[in-house]
Order: sequence, then C-alpha cells, then structure tokens
Amino acid sequence: MSVEVRAPAATRTLKFAEALAEAVDEICAEDPRVVLIGARFTGHTPSAHVMEPVTRKHASRIVWPPISELAYCGVAVGAALAGLRPIVEMSTATFSYEAVPQIVNEAAVIAAMSGGRVRAPVVFHMLYGIRGGGGPQHSGSPQAWWWNSPGLQVAMPSSPADVKGLLRWAALRSEGPTVFMDHQRLMELEGPVPTGRHEIPFGQADVKRSGGDVTIVATSIQVSRALEAANRLAREDGIEVEVVDPRTLEPLDRATIFASVRKTGRVVVTDESHENAGVASGLAAIIAEECFDALRAPIRRVAIPPTPVPYAESLERALIPDTERLVAAVRALR
Amino acid sequence: MHRDLQLRFLRTMLRIRRVEERCIAFAETGEIRAHYHLYIGQEAAGTGASAALAPDDYVFTTHRNHGHVIAKGGDPGKVLAEIIGRSGGYLGGRGGTFHVAAPELGIPHTSAIVGGSLPIAAGVAFAVRRRKGQRATLAFFGDGTMEEGVFYETLNLAQLWRLPLVFFMENNSVSAAERAGRGSPTSEHAAKALSDVPRAFGVETATVDGTDVEAVFALVRRLLERVRSGEGPFFVESRTTRWPGNYGAFPKLVGGTTDIAWALDAASAPDGVRAWTMESDPVIAYAAKLLWHGAIDAAALRAIDAEVRGEVDRAARFALESPLPQAEALAGVG
Repeated sequence: MSVEVRAPAATRTLKFAEALAEAVDEICAEDPRVVLIGARFTGHTPSAHVMEPVTRKHASRIVWPPISELAYCGVAVGAALAGLRPIVEMSTATFSYEAVPQIVNEAAVIAAMSGGRVRAPVVFHMLYGIRGGGGPQHSGSPQAWWWNSPGLQVAMPSSPADVKGLLRWAALRSEGPTVFMDHQRLMELEGPVPTGRHEIPFGQADVKRSGGDVTIVATSIQVSRALEAANRLAREDGIEVEVVDPRTLEPLDRATIFASVRKTGRVVVTDESHENAGVASGLAAIIAEECFDALRAPIRRVAIPPTPVPYAESLERALIPDTERLVAAVRALR
Repeated sequence: MHRDLQLRFLRTMLRIRRVEERCIAFAETGEIRAHYHLYIGQEAAGTGASAALAPDDYVFTTHRNHGHVIAKGGDPGKVLAEIIGRSGGYLGGRGGTFHVAAPELGIPHTSAIVGGSLPIAAGVAFAVRRRKGQRATLAFFGDGTMEEGVFYETLNLAQLWRLPLVFFMENNSVSAAERAGRGSPTSEHAAKALSDVPRAFGVETATVDGTDVEAVFALVRRLLERVRSGEGPFFVESRTTRWPGNYGAFPKLVGGTTDIAWALDAASAPDGVRAWTMESDPVIAYAAKLLWHGAIDAAALRAIDAEVRGEVDRAARFALESPLPQAEALAGVG
C-alpha cells in the first residue's frame, strides 16, 4: 500500500471542516463502491456549509434515510457485506445509541465469527462532545463504548490533516468497521493539510509536540487543549510537555505512547468522555501495566466528571476538561 | 408439479428433520453446550421458499437457522459441525448453533438477536439494487420479530426505497385450525392479524400454510419474479403449528424420532405427538400426499428415508470427528 504518512513538502491551510469535506469529495470520486447514508458531516457547526458543494456534486451517491438509526446502520452493514463501502453519517453521536445493536452486536462481530471470511467495511461517522448548549442528550461522548467493543476500529482525529488522512484510509482501504468520531468544536480549527491523496493508516500515533518533562496523551479536541497547556507551562513553569495523539484508539499505537512515557516518567491522559471507565481510564491502565517501572508520579486523568452534561453555559463549562485543568494536572505531578 | 421436484422437496424436508433430531441427541450428550432452537415443524416453509431462490440469491435467517441453511443447499456435515462448535463447521466453530451461516451459499451472516438480521438483509438488497443486479434477498424471521422496533424501521425503509426483498415471517404459533384462516394469533402482539401490519406501510402481503411445501414454493417463486422486476418488497406470513417438543429453549424429542411409517398411518404416532403428526407435521403430510397421489410407494418412501438417515449419520460422524478449533483461530480477525 502506498500512502503518504508524513506531510510532503506542499501543504495548504484548511479548516477541519474543509479538510473533512475534501476527504468526502475525493472518496466519492475515487471509489464507485462508496455510498453515503446521510451526509451532514459538518453538522450544525458554523462551517456546515462547506459540505454543500460536495453533496451537490455527489448527490447520486447519497441516500437520505428516515429517522431510523437502527435500521440504516444495519442497512450499511448489509451493503458492506454485498460489496459496497458505505459511510453512515449519523450527525450527533448520541443518535448512535439508537443503533448500538447493529454497530456493536452485528458489525463488530461479523469478521470474528467468520474467521475473517466475511467483512463489513463500513464507516459510522458521528459528531461527539460538548458542543455548547447541547444539554444532556446532544453532548455525548461514547468513544469508550466503541473502544470496549472488540471488532470496531475507533478514529478520533485532532487536526485538519488527520481528519482527511484518517477518513480517506477508513473509507477506501480498511476492511473492518470503523467508528469515526469528530468533535463538534473542531470544525473551525485551522491547520496545514498536505496536497494530494493524503492518507493515514490506522494505528499510527503522532507526537504533536516534543518535550522531555511530562507526557500528555490526548485525543481529538484534547490535543488542541493540551498544546495550549504545554505552551503555558513552558512559558510560566519551564516545563516541557510532550503531546502524544493516538489518532486511533483501536488499533492503538502503544509503542509511541510507551516511548514517550519512558522518556518523561510523568503522564496526564485526557479525553472528552466521562472519567468512569472512559478512554482516559483505559489509556491510564495500559500505561500503568506496561510502564510502571518508568513512572515517577501517579498517572492523572483529565476527563468529564461523572455527571450528565447540563445546558447552562456556567454549568457546562465546569465539566469541560479544558486547558486550565490540564495545566493544573501537570503542575500536580511535580 | 414435476415428480423430481416433489422428491427433492421430500428429501430436503427429511434431511432437515433428521439433522434436527440429531441435535437433540447432541444436546443429550453435551456436544451442544447451551440452549438451541430447532426447525421441526417448519421444514416445508424453508424448503419451499429456498427451492424458489436462485443459487446466488441471498438468504438471511435467525437463531432458528439450521433448516434454512440446509434448504439453501448447506452440507449437513458442515452444519452439524458448526452446531457443535467444531473446526469443520461453516464458520470453523466460531458461530455455533445460533449463527450458522454459509457465505458461499449466499448466507453471509446470521444474527441470533431477534430482528438483528432484518436491516442487514435490507442492506444487501439495497446494494443489489444500487448496482442494478438481479439477485433477490429473502429474510426468514419469526413472529416474535414483529415485537421488535427494528422490524418497523426496516419495513418502512425497505418500502420507501422499494428494495428487492422478501420479508418471510414464520408464524410458528398458529393452531392447526387457524392455519388457513384470517387470524394469526400470537400471544404477545396487539395486532389481531400480523399481515395487516405491513399493509399499513403499503407493502403487499401474502399468507400461506407453511406446512404445504408446494404452496410455499409456488408463492415465493411468483413473488421473486416480481421482486426481480422491481416490485418489491413483499411480506409473507407462513403459518405453522408448533411441534410439541419445541417449547422452551431446550427442545425435547416428544414421541421419539419421526417414524416414516406414520405417513401410512399418522394415528400410529405415539401419544405426545399424535395429534400434531396428524394435523400439522409437514414432513409426514407431504410423504402421505406423495403416497396418495402415487408419486411414490411405501417401499420407495422407506428407501428415501433410509438414504437420508445414512447421509445424516455420516454428517454426524464428520462433525464428531472434526477437531475443536485451536486458539490460533482467534487471531487476525479484528
């Protein structure tokens, strides 16, 4: 497989939403087997409109299903079994709760049950996280559920380049089912995106910032928050933070995470899901098991406290695992 | 109806009956490790419907799948090996009795969750339609599936998108007297007649005596022609009467194994199964019909039965001699 893993010379600056839309455009153009079940990849975000030219151009590749998450996720699984490469765009991630039986108990088990003879290469795309005003039912972060379901791949891009590279790989190359989780608030994030058919195979973590004192393992939007925290800590405390972005939870690039932990001996793990048995907890357990000898302080988690996400801005803000909490967590390690 | 086809029907139904009886023996010896479900009493429905399908048409089934896989051409040895979790089974023992599937026969994946296969079947039909293919999809499911929400979502979506799909609902809870009537009683459903439900969605329905193999065959053949010309989906209610051994999750061989001589005198069947044999046993009824019409004589019937018994004996031996899968079979299917 020939893929461009590292950024080649030429890049442009794109918003996350633009890179996502560009990926969808290219995927549709390059593989006639791709069909989109729903196509509101950019949700109700300020950048929602960037999908419009893509959905116009590829209208014949899109079906708009009834409000039947369970049925249309199952339809995607069946279509994948019959040789298509469906991408389900579910919009708000909590809507996927209606479809858990098909995602977890069908899509995820098919390859294992047939010894790999039957495969379901389907992408379930969803917008997760505290979007602002979503309240308890539109702010959900179910990434830990998917990670806890063997047979599913889980992608959580943090940058415009990564969303494009990972979505292209999931849609065009992967042989297994993928839950692809974009944070609603990442859509406006700008960053360099390589020109050309930029693809990132799953299972390759990326060190987003190098540093020798503390490792922050951060997923998705937490990477931006960790980079902000790192800059502040360098400026105010002289602490050099290394930010490691797994990019995919399953498969997980353990080697890159362990190498950083062994270098720094101090770790904060952060993800915008709940603390209880969340992604940060899972990462912390893996690191503790494999790198205990290298740790010079207990691993700290920065995640959402175990409370349903409220509507009022003041209450919502209190739950977000933001830069402030990351800075405090790193300082507490010293 | 052509005699060759009639004899094929009889052999297939007998093959299913003898395989299912063998399952009860396997459960008694502990070869079947947990609860399981049998198709005794419904052989005519699976046999007639499958005979109407082309070899590469898709079939989806349920936890009660053994008969459907055999009717679609499944090898009894590979079916029995899968049922007892051996490496020679269709899925190498990974699926077991609940999940017997045979990708090479157009049965790519079998869900044991009530309603689990339905949207996947719709997805396969969706893919066929998008590619302008001619393959039809037939989904077998029980009346209990109509208690699940996924049935309604899938029915609605299949009708909105005019999918080339036959919903083949096997109502196995109908009394002998009600099989030909309008009522389709099932204790857990508010609808008095289950086929009224799809009609509310504009889906054409048909009701058939599921103990009459020739009637099922003729009906499904007619519907498949219409499905292939773009008229789908359709809904069939196949009515059968529950075999007395088939209550609960652990079937009992009430009245012993079927004696083909009951076709000459159904009243000679033992107490526990006599009434059912006389009124509702599709295998005995069909053998009796072929005798009555002179398609076969008693000697020929005994010879066919002996042949099928021999075949299923060999299949059972193959299954028992097939090794347990080794742990390596778990690798590489994530």
